[in-house]
Amino acid sequence: MTFKLNVNGKVMEADVDPDTPLLWTLRDALGITGPKFGCGIGACGACTVHIDGKPVRSCTRPVSSVGAGAITTIEAMEHHPIGKKVQAAWMDLDVAQCGYCQPGQIMAATALLAEKPKPTDADIDAAMTNICRCATYTRIRAAIKQASGQKVKA
Amino acid sequence: MTLELTGASRRDLLKASVVGGGLVLSFSIAAKAEAAAGAGAQALNAYVRVAPDGIVTIMGKNPEIGQGIKTSLPMIIAEELDVAWENVRIEQADCDPKLYGRQFAGGSLATPMNWDDLRKVGAVARAMLVNAAATAWNCPSGECKTDAGHVIHVSTGRKATYGALAGQCAGIPTPDPKTVPLKDPKAYKIIGKAKPQYDTAKIVTGQPLFGIDVKVPGMLYATYEKAPVFGAKVASANLDAARAVKGVKKAFIVEGGTDLSGLLPGVAVVGDSWWAARKGRNALATTWADHPTSKQNSTDFDKRAVELNAGAPMTSLRKDGDVDAALAGAAHKVEAAYAYPFLSHAPLEPQNTTAQFKDGKLEIWAPSQNPEPGRQLCAKTLGIKPEDITVHMTRCGGGFGRRLSNDYMVEAAWIARETGAPVKLLWTREDDMHHDFYRPAGYHFFKGGVDDKGNLVAWQNHFVTFGEGDKVASSAGMGGTEFPSRFVPNCKIDQSTIPLGVPTGPMRAPGSNALAFVNQSFIDELAHAAGADPLAFRMKLLGDKPMVGEGPSGYNAARMKGVLAAVEQMSGWKDRAKLPQGSGMGVAFHYSHAGYFAEVVQAAVSKDGAIKVQQVWIAADVGRQIVNPAGAMNQVQGAALEGISHALYQKITIKNGAASPSNFAEYRLLKMADAPPVEVKFVITDYPPTGLGEPALPPVIPALCNAIFAATGKRIRSLPIDVKQLKT
Repeated sequence: MTFKLNVNGKVMEADVDPDTPLLWTLRDALGITGPKFGCGIGACGACTVHIDGKPVRSCTRPVSSVGAGAITTIEAMEHHPIGKKVQAAWMDLDVAQCGYCQPGQIMAATALLAEKPKPTDADIDAAMTNICRCATYTRIRAAIKQASGQKVKA
Repeated sequence: MTLELTGASRRDLLKASVVGGGLVLSFSIAAKAEAAAGAGAQALNAYVRVAPDGIVTIMGKNPEIGQGIKTSLPMIIAEELDVAWENVRIEQADCDPKLYGRQFAGGSLATPMNWDDLRKVGAVARAMLVNAAATAWNCPSGECKTDAGHVIHVSTGRKATYGALAGQCAGIPTPDPKTVPLKDPKAYKIIGKAKPQYDTAKIVTGQPLFGIDVKVPGMLYATYEKAPVFGAKVASANLDAARAVKGVKKAFIVEGGTDLSGLLPGVAVVGDSWWAARKGRNALATTWADHPTSKQNSTDFDKRAVELNAGAPMTSLRKDGDVDAALAGAAHKVEAAYAYPFLSHAPLEPQNTTAQFKDGKLEIWAPSQNPEPGRQLCAKTLGIKPEDITVHMTRCGGGFGRRLSNDYMVEAAWIARETGAPVKLLWTREDDMHHDFYRPAGYHFFKGGVDDKGNLVAWQNHFVTFGEGDKVASSAGMGGTEFPSRFVPNCKIDQSTIPLGVPTGPMRAPGSNALAFVNQSFIDELAHAAGADPLAFRMKLLGDKPMVGEGPSGYNAARMKGVLAAVEQMSGWKDRAKLPQGSGMGVAFHYSHAGYFAEVVQAAVSKDGAIKVQQVWIAADVGRQIVNPAGAMNQVQGAALEGISHALYQKITIKNGAASPSNFAEYRLLKMADAPPVEVKFVITDYPPTGLGEPALPPVIPALCNAIFAATGKRIRSLPIDVKQLKT
């Protein structure tokens, strides 16, 4: 079945089964590999994308349910007013170790900052539920603070 | 170090084999090293090429698993080459031990094994450029110096860029790596300075870097179903049902073998998308032949360990003095049984490999920590020559020891050949958790005694592990020199084994990640039994001799006392009595992977038993030089948080020969809300630099458990920590 999807500001067509998760539609049908596969049950967040600005775990979201929703992936974050600040902070603080979860972390952080421009530690704890197996949490927290213009504890 | 001249070889290479610390590194210094040559750029050796515009490309020899090695090893070369870091480009090398020596990520060994050799690689290349300039200027090379990619004639100020000189290196004799001068560390401009990971921009923009992102023209997607019981054969599979699923191209049974680290029996389903292949797999309704391992259960292992402890031990690992007499005469005695579970590595990128078999040759793209043994495994299993296999190393989405095995690589190779098209094999998370090489579980039955002066005088440990007789399973062993042996006059360490059909293997700080927990927890019990300050008790235990033992098993007690004193200061240990009720501090130290680490954890336990890890302090001694402070700090913090994750949550249980659970819903990993701040101090001592990927992990687990004891009076003797036990 052919689905017309709005991905990163472009209309793209994907010929996939309706039950295909959005993640696999993006990765295999459309060649957009920034969103990563980690668990397939929405537990780790490596596959996080935005649909209409909200963070969504794309590994459990069937493509047939997306409709005309505006899908944004990590590949478009450099054109996103908040996303580019988040990416810059991530680079400045050298957050990543293996880096596999970081596209999902950046998507989650950008959605958080869109909702709460100056998040507290408690806001960060509540919103940032993505798994980093390398446990770079100290730097993720610092990068979110830096991107939001708050003071970063050394 | 041995040097070997191979004469006029095919590539006109001078090969220098440097032997030291188990390393055989051959770095080839060539006028035209094909391996490294790029368009317009001049290769100075297998690692370095210089373009006319002065851009220097340096090969990253080892697999990148998040330890930062793709950045830190080239930093070492760039320093001695004397180039500006912003003009350095790094390329990931293919697996080619003839050019690069051993290429693996394990044992925190990359820095100690490459420190001397890669400095020489850079220095030899620099000397060639200096000699080229001196030849052109008709002056002795001693009159020239280098600075940031330039050779300068000191007295006249004449200057040439490396880019201009590189093309003139062809006829220049290669300097002797044995005698090439190395920089004074005081002059370092790159080593010791924080450098962001080279690939950081690609990571944050989501560019394809990982094995899972590989794309080859005409590629199909594969999934591979294996038995839940390790090594069981396929009894039946509905291949036609799988083939009937839209998008499925092939479905077939793989006979496989019996080696648990090789190609195991299973069913492959190949499709035009991974989702199609998975749907095909769901239709297989595979049944499995009976297998003896199906009779194995974790609950039975627990019972068997207790039975074995009641009998005579199978093997003696150490016997000093007379433990029975020392225990009888001790002022304070403690007896305790400790246990820890199997663990899964759970790297976030599930196992995968892309393979293409064409005209008898195999090409592989794999996120492996240890690619050369993978090549050998593929060669043996497919019956082809190793030299007909090309292995490209991709970035790995975590390793932690899991990718030292190459089971996924040989599966992809086999499936690709059977399919007759390039194939990307990708495991599900469930495949990954069900088919790991687990951190082995273990049991320790302790007795210890302290005299009336606070000296540890008796230590007895009956270690029940997995294996057959004296032979232990992979990463399930303990040496007779494990601390505190050699520091206790009466010491008896024995071992018994339980047969196991479940594959085990190294996991970050193998052995140590469990042994530190039991040893440093039981030491804490003895300190408390004697009414001593647990930190002061440890300081006394470390004694007055700076060095105990020698060679690889030597233990530098002075270095350990140095980090213990440092962490005492950092953590405010002496003021811990001022902490509110329900909070406490615990301390532990451990030596592994040549690193000395002492750590303090502060934790609070609420009435319902919930644990809040509030802060971690770490003092680390890995010698005289931290290569990349940015990456080093990240490694130490991450390792400590991983240890906390083990302690709080993680356990793999064997039921009827199969591993459970199967995904992150039940196999929990630490998240942001539970991650405490981790303060790190590197204590600099005048020893050669050693690795950092692993040694920070082991002490944090007992430090946390000891903090919980300080907070609650309840001793954690089994992992993961059971919060029900902590309810008040």
